[in-house]
Amino acid sequence: MFFDIALYASLIIFFLGMIYKISNWFRRGIGVSAGNIPAPTRLAAAIKGLLRTVFSLKLFTLIKVFVVDVVLQIRVLKEDFLRWIMHMLIYAGFILVLLMHALDGIVTEALFREYESTLNPFMFLRDFFGFLVIVGIGIAVYRRIVMKVPRLKTNPMDRYAIIILAIIMVSGVFLEATKITSYGAYTRMVEDYSDTDDESELRALESLWVKEFDLVSPSVRAPFDAQILEQGREIHEYNCDACHSRPRSAFTGYAVAKIIKPVALGLDRAHASTILWYLHVLACFFGLAYIPFSKMFHIFASPVSLLANAVMDKEKSDPANIATRQVMELDACTHCGTCSRRCSVAVAFRKIGNINILPSEKMAFLKNYVARRTLDDKTLKAVQEGVYLCTNCDRCTVVCPVGINLRDLWFTVKEEMIQKGPPVPLVLSQLSFYRGVDRQDLDPKAYSNPLRRSKAAIADACELVKKPEEVIPLTPMNSKFKDKAALSLQARTFVYCYSCENCTTVCPVVQNYENPEEILGLLPHQIMRSLGLGLRDFALGSNMLWDCVTCYQCQEHCPQGVKVTDILYELKNLAIKEAASSSNRGSPEAP
Amino acid sequence: MKFALFIGCTIPRRVQHYEVSARAVLGTLGVELVDIREFNCCGYPMKNLDFETSVLFSARNLALAERQGLKVMTLCKCCFGSLKKANHVLKEEAALRNEINTYLAQEGLEYKGTLEVTHLLSVLHKEIGPAALKERITRAFKDLKIATHYGCHALRPSDIMGFDDPTAPVLFDELVEATGAKSIDWSLKLECCGAPLMGINDELSTDLAEKKLKNGKDSGADFLCVGCPWCQAQFESVQEMKTSLEGTNHHLPSILYPQLLGLAMGIDGEKLGMNMNRIDVSGIEAFFS
Repeated sequence: MFFDIALYASLIIFFLGMIYKISNWFRRGIGVSAGNIPAPTRLAAAIKGLLRTVFSLKLFTLIKVFVVDVVLQIRVLKEDFLRWIMHMLIYAGFILVLLMHALDGIVTEALFREYESTLNPFMFLRDFFGFLVIVGIGIAVYRRIVMKVPRLKTNPMDRYAIIILAIIMVSGVFLEATKITSYGAYTRMVEDYSDTDDESELRALESLWVKEFDLVSPSVRAPFDAQILEQGREIHEYNCDACHSRPRSAFTGYAVAKIIKPVALGLDRAHASTILWYLHVLACFFGLAYIPFSKMFHIFASPVSLLANAVMDKEKSDPANIATRQVMELDACTHCGTCSRRCSVAVAFRKIGNINILPSEKMAFLKNYVARRTLDDKTLKAVQEGVYLCTNCDRCTVVCPVGINLRDLWFTVKEEMIQKGPPVPLVLSQLSFYRGVDRQDLDPKAYSNPLRRSKAAIADACELVKKPEEVIPLTPMNSKFKDKAALSLQARTFVYCYSCENCTTVCPVVQNYENPEEILGLLPHQIMRSLGLGLRDFALGSNMLWDCVTCYQCQEHCPQGVKVTDILYELKNLAIKEAASSSNRGSPEAP
Repeated sequence: MKFALFIGCTIPRRVQHYEVSARAVLGTLGVELVDIREFNCCGYPMKNLDFETSVLFSARNLALAERQGLKVMTLCKCCFGSLKKANHVLKEEAALRNEINTYLAQEGLEYKGTLEVTHLLSVLHKEIGPAALKERITRAFKDLKIATHYGCHALRPSDIMGFDDPTAPVLFDELVEATGAKSIDWSLKLECCGAPLMGINDELSTDLAEKKLKNGKDSGADFLCVGCPWCQAQFESVQEMKTSLEGTNHHLPSILYPQLLGLAMGIDGEKLGMNMNRIDVSGIEAFFS
């Protein structure tokens, strides 16, 4: 009764949870435009896409990916052998235990008529499969706690997954151990199945069970008379043998039974096996019911991600399906950290300390974000920097064991994050190359906004630039700024500038305009002079800084050895830092 | 000859044909390449943000290669520029090196400053030499006029890069001419492709690329030849954009140097990633002598 209610309750929660989670794939969206496609349209597009794929040659791709990447998980193998072993042990072991032991009434009995859980080979196999899972869990704990795999972060969901599996498996082993030794269980079985009431015969049987079946009995004790054992064996063979192999085959439970032997009687009186049975069964049902809401949902979402990404691409697929896929991919992520391990910019995390730089942590953030879609200012800033600090090298997409198309996901997320909130100075770096090259995939109306806003935020901190009519006092000199600008050896070379204008003459950017000063503000030699005069606002506030193509012609042609390009780089560093600190004091919000 | 091959970020995403062709050519020439999987970004895109962070990026790569006692060879000129510059300051400024090493120490790395950084073109010119390359040519080009694009970050700042004479370089021209092609004179030869501004000021960036394409074409070139993925991506995408937006094009496709050399060495076009160029370069095969 209890079992049935618990089972059906957990099944109902599981199925409702699955429906809820899968419906999220169609209801939620990442990025600026994903929200514009209504859920029914997306569902229809998905069904259409699915049918079209299944009834095409792509079916063979799907089959191949299913075997290679879903079943054999070759992507994990390529990345890390130990991890592959770990995952295969858990995943294969668990499926086998599930089919053979948990679903024995449905699966095993249908396949093998002679099935009894206490009979070999079933008894041995159950322990063996369970043992595989336990070894896998052991490796998982070892990797996260002892080995400390670089950049592998452990969050509460990772801990939950390991703990629930461990509880299920270990409670099973202890349950088995207490049942092996349980005198209560033994006497119940004798009452139910033996054909004798004879005291001495029962004693003989009990003796044999103590000797060979590791029963812990309060009444009979070794050593046993050979004759009695022989008599017990006869009764055993007649009554019990058909259903009971010797427990040493159930090697995990057997080992624990040996250990608990001295306290087995006490445990039995305290109904330890009943308690463990409840624990085991409840853990299983809880795990089942919680699957859709936990990391374990990846059991379903990861294969979907692998299969979908094998047959979809940005150019040809329906945008509705891309939107759906990107939400689904968040559920497929197992937070395994492979992306962060291979990330080209993860080293920045050491210096900047922003965890959102690591792709695996961006995924963790996105999982929460798609559900709520609200961000406080501090988090938004960290996320903006984290998502934009990415060189688009594609490595994360190539190595992701569940085939998530992180390339497209970052493209979408970056755009959403830089279009809102405070301006992101990072857009004024070569990290923006992808935006220029892939401009056709972005909203043309909004394209320039992040750049314009970042430049404006920097210029805002430089008042003099905005007042061309103002007479500038050259004394007293802003010595504080000069000190800052002269941080590095090379930057100090500006003092050698005698305004020959060679730098400006050779500058291809200056040459590109008829009235360069109108567009660029200050020209390179003027910036060098501004530095000399301590005119902070001019040095930091002109467009020239951001329009410098860094070709080093100016620096190469300076007769005085002024490191013009490198100085412009340093000024950019300074301008970004100052804009960041002034925006911390109160940031201009997005339009 | 053995190098740690530094691929960087732009090549795997946008210019895979560069890697494919470089591996094919270097393999044929007997240059051994070691892949260090732990390499990260060179630090180039971090330069606008924070110089020290960009040095940390470079230093980690240098430390990884130094641990294996390998010289680093880059394909990208911006990686070349960043790694070389960082290597220079790390060697010169002990205080900065110590500070950077405190970050590296967190993962058991240290950069001692013993390494050399080089570029594919330098290796081909200085270690193998145009004369030796000529001996490997099985089907030299004839009447092929190439606008050789040097790329800023290899050439300048010359005091750090030491790639070639910054005002009158010959290294790349000699390599191009080893294939039988003619490296033409063109006035914008040493100018920038504009790639560093793509995404920051697209109009200006495109203008700079356009000028070069026009100048190259006007000077009689059949093809551009480059040795940097940023330049290649820039020339390819600017021409693509021009074609799709304005319907005009200078028809000056850009070929990567190892593709040019590989073809002349008789390597199959497919093994050089010729089908991966976004602006078709297959017409170059008409120039075989």
